[in-house]
Amino acid sequence: MKAVGKTESEEAQSEGSTVQEKKTKVQAAEDRRSRPAPRLNKSPIHGLWALTLRDLRKWYTNPIQLFVALIQPVIWLGLFGKALNFGSFIAGSGLTPAQQDQILISFFGTTSYFSFLACGVLAFIVLFTSAFSGMSVVFDRRFGFLNKALSTPVARGSIVMGKIFQSVGRSLIQAAIILILAVLLGMDTAHFSVLGIAGAFVVIFLMGIGLSALFTMLALRSGDWQTQMAIINLLNLPLLFASNALFPLKIMPTWLQDVVKVNPVSYANDATRQLLLGTPGMVGLPVDFAVLIGFAAILSAVGIVLSWRFLSK
Amino acid sequence: MSAPQTETSLSPIIVKVENLSKTFGNLKAVDNVGLEIREGEIFGFLGPNGAGKTTTINMLTTLLKPTSGNATVCGYDIFKQANEVRRNVGVVPQEYTADEDMTGINYILLCADLYGLPRSDSKPHSEELLELVGLQDAANRKIGTYSGGMRRRLELASGLINYPKLLFLDEPTLGLDVQTRTAVWTYIKMLKEDYHMTLFMTTHYLEEADSLCDRIAIIDHGHIIKTGTPEELKESIGGDIIVVGVKEQDPDISSDIAKIALVKEVKKTGNTYRIKAESGEEASPRITDLIEAKGLHVTKVSLTKPTLDEAYLELTGRNLREEEVDKMQMFRQRVTMNRARS
Repeated sequence: MKAVGKTESEEAQSEGSTVQEKKTKVQAAEDRRSRPAPRLNKSPIHGLWALTLRDLRKWYTNPIQLFVALIQPVIWLGLFGKALNFGSFIAGSGLTPAQQDQILISFFGTTSYFSFLACGVLAFIVLFTSAFSGMSVVFDRRFGFLNKALSTPVARGSIVMGKIFQSVGRSLIQAAIILILAVLLGMDTAHFSVLGIAGAFVVIFLMGIGLSALFTMLALRSGDWQTQMAIINLLNLPLLFASNALFPLKIMPTWLQDVVKVNPVSYANDATRQLLLGTPGMVGLPVDFAVLIGFAAILSAVGIVLSWRFLSK
Repeated sequence: MSAPQTETSLSPIIVKVENLSKTFGNLKAVDNVGLEIREGEIFGFLGPNGAGKTTTINMLTTLLKPTSGNATVCGYDIFKQANEVRRNVGVVPQEYTADEDMTGINYILLCADLYGLPRSDSKPHSEELLELVGLQDAANRKIGTYSGGMRRRLELASGLINYPKLLFLDEPTLGLDVQTRTAVWTYIKMLKEDYHMTLFMTTHYLEEADSLCDRIAIIDHGHIIKTGTPEELKESIGGDIIVVGVKEQDPDISSDIAKIALVKEVKKTGNTYRIKAESGEEASPRITDLIEAKGLHVTKVSLTKPTLDEAYLELTGRNLREEEVDKMQMFRQRVTMNRARS
């Protein structure tokens, strides 16, 4: 913060020097004109990494943001996973431990509700991180950076994909931290394998792409953050609760089961549970991956197409 | 800056706009605008709020698609060859677009990346540009610690990163103090004179347009009302005003004065003549000679050159504007003003 005090005097100094240095600047101008024009990278994805990094930098240079973002999932792990644990309801029922395990396995596919929920919280963190990917479009529009970017030859699709990738990057790192915390808090690691964990992160990546694309495209036209907040709230809870993130499909009424089966978040949970906990799935892993790949591909394609139409009016 | 119009009137055309229109719903924001800008000139675009200045700039910089009409910028069609236009022009928007949590140098490098400039070029070039606007010492400081003037200069530097032939400046001095405004003017003149760039700028400050621009277009309600050099615009309102004092009891010779070649209008009230004339410097000695020749005495003479303000008000009217303005645009303008003053 000490730099603030220096600002004015420095500015006055540099103001004075501009006139004196004019001669060298003329020289510099001559040099510049005689230099051959640089070869521009005209590939359709140039600038994509720069845009992604710009947003990621805002996040990782501000550790408070990361810390605050992790509090909620940890509370969920503690509150739902430990305090309101389904296992503890059954423990007081007078059934033998073997019978208790049988009931838990029949509902959750594992004897540990905490582990079941931990996979759901991974989806939760991806969902909530992705939901805010649209907000940065709104703010870029409000503060003019979007117009600046649009005045450059960067592909309109790259502007959208940059927002999506930065959000996916955050999701992956936050999910990794939550997974470690969950293990420390007692998540069942008996079925963990390198391939399974890698697969789980592919799932998070795909779901992150799809969900971020959804929320980003909803923000493409909007310059109004209140509306965007309302949209986030409107979609977030249904996407979370109408999925198998917190409760298994089996204990839901049939009408809700139908909704859960079209919610892509359910397929992500289904896949991570199969990969990390070895539970029998709602559908097979290939189906889960097919749904998630389709979800990510279709929504990002739609996002890119909408960006051609809506980023420049 | 002598004879600016002859200096560039033979150079090739860099911006050609024909019947350009943009409609938002029922509102014709830009209505059949035609313009020609020649290489190497500073072209000023003036008009009240909501007149269509920013909409026109946004179309020429490919941010908005025109509803109808054509325009070529640097020889490329703004619609069909948008990417070529983008590569060849620099844009300094009205807003302070730089992220406050970035350093100055990183922001310019980000802009360079968006243009697809290789780092081998953009690294030395961005340092060069920061030096050009006197920010070399602040290059590695977060932009949030910059003053309004420094931020404006940073925006200017970032608009130059792609070696543009043509630079669009939207209200480059909005909200700046006199010192920074003067500095920005110096840079603008330098870009024209040393770098032979063409500049297209909008402004609200008429003295700015008067001292910087080679040619000016005044736009209102989406129409271009008048295009010309600042001098031409000033003359268009009827020329200079000469006030000649005589003795109260002297006979009225208004009709004789009116016969002098350059004189357009004569009014006598009490002991003074109020004369509108085309070229005041030439007309006033002729007037005094005539009065003296009639054996009368001139007690005082004053000559007032019309200012661009007067020409502007004459053309756009004196009524205050209370039009509906774009909410987003107003928000951005407030942010810009706040940041400029920080």
